[in-house]
Amino acid sequence: MALVEIKNVRKNYGTLEVLKGVSLDVEKGEIVTIIGRSGSGKSTLLRCINALETINSGEILLEGQSVSAKMDGLRQMRQKVGIVFQAFNLFPHMTIEKNVTLAPILTGKTDKQGARKLALSVLERVGLADKLKAYPEQLSGGQQQRVAIARCLAMSPHLMLFDEVTSALDPELVGEVLKVMEEMAAQGMTMVLVTHEMNFARNVATKLVFMHQGRVWEQGDPKTLFANPQTPELKSFIGHHAG
Amino acid sequence: MRQFSFSDLLFLATALEWTFLMAAIALAFGVPVGLALALARTSGSAVLRTVATALIELIQGIPLLGLLMFFYFGIPVLVGKDVPTVVAVGAAYTIYTAVFLGDIWRGGIQAVRQAQWEAGACLGLSWLQQFVHIIAPQAFRIALPATVGFLVQLIKNTSLASVVGLVELARAGQMISAGTFQPLLVYTLVAAIYFTICFPLTTWSRTLEARLNGAR
Ligand SMILES: Nc1ncnc2c1ncn2[C@@H]1O[C@H](COP(=O)(O)OP(=O)(O)O)[C@@H](O)[C@H]1O
Ligand SMILES: [Mg+2]
Repeated sequence: MALVEIKNVRKNYGTLEVLKGVSLDVEKGEIVTIIGRSGSGKSTLLRCINALETINSGEILLEGQSVSAKMDGLRQMRQKVGIVFQAFNLFPHMTIEKNVTLAPILTGKTDKQGARKLALSVLERVGLADKLKAYPEQLSGGQQQRVAIARCLAMSPHLMLFDEVTSALDPELVGEVLKVMEEMAAQGMTMVLVTHEMNFARNVATKLVFMHQGRVWEQGDPKTLFANPQTPELKSFIGHHAG
Repeated sequence: MRQFSFSDLLFLATALEWTFLMAAIALAFGVPVGLALALARTSGSAVLRTVATALIELIQGIPLLGLLMFFYFGIPVLVGKDVPTVVAVGAAYTIYTAVFLGDIWRGGIQAVRQAQWEAGACLGLSWLQQFVHIIAPQAFRIALPATVGFLVQLIKNTSLASVVGLVELARAGQMISAGTFQPLLVYTLVAAIYFTICFPLTTWSRTLEARLNGAR
């Protein structure tokens, strides 16, 4: 059984059909990158996986359980799925430590004593253990994004979703975030990420998905697809984003 | 004719208690109702939003004096028996406060980006946890200057309760002035008392506003 099974999912906003029958499996430990032109439905697909968006037909299973905004255990499901956005969305009125430990404390994953240790351990993983007492506005964009990742890690997620997490960053800050993600991948985290970082897609991902006009246009082994795209659309997309 | 004396000062002080009592009642009941209105105005339910909006628009369209008259003269007719003045006046100030705070706090809640709710939801927090820990502290900070500003209005507007016979500060001044024929002295004193209460609040509200504009 795959960790995530997306079965023939359709999603529309009013009369606009954004996902036109998407099917995709994500196995445990897989690193799936989704690429595609702007507006092809990548963010929508990601947001459907943790039920931030409601699908119109089809089904999404997470660890075998059907996912929807109305499901029993919606919150338990979301505690297992970390998601990081382009805008970091840290809580500006809380210290970094509080940002990271708020959800684990409120959901009973840790008590107040354990929280400090938990904060230190996840912030260490993203290289920010010295920022415990800082506020988000005192950090660079790259650091804030790493805190956002740490905030998810503190919930011990089974799956991590990333939506263009480096797109809003100054170029010199992209590397530090990608490095953290590579380390997570190396430690066996299951990850689905929408990205424009073609090197990451080629070298770190275990599966590449190319979306076009609301459909999975091509998917497969990243190196094979990059070397040998089957459709003119993917070929042209790679041409535009190469180098 | 008598001279303004120490006992007049005591009388003013006693009247001031009513001024504070009215403000305290208005806040004690108006704050929770105001919070409920703000939440209803920003909720996902169209029914709640409509009801809260209608209530806010209606009450904000009535002069406070009209509200006082309505509660003082109208409520006894509606319930068919006498209602203590404090209760009627307290009810009028409560609804006045609730509606204004409700509107101010709605603005504060809506000023917090939607993505902040979403970030909480994505971590598996309940609606209440998201509101209490993530949204409310940010909304309150944004709405604090306007909230303190309203408090000043409320204290000044307690003077209107004199029209239905409540002897608060303004009414006490009127009575002493009539007894002593020293209106200039008495009213200056009354004005000075209002000023002494309100000025620090106004200054505080300005400081908060400046600090808020400085940050972010
Ligand atoms: N909340 C929404 N309401 C209406 N249309 C939307 C909404 N979100 C996305 N869309 C539309 O859906 C399409 C796919 O959007 P999105 O999933 O964000 O694409 P991508 O992430 O690949 O750029 C776009 O045409 C976009 O305008
Ligand atoms: Mg997108």
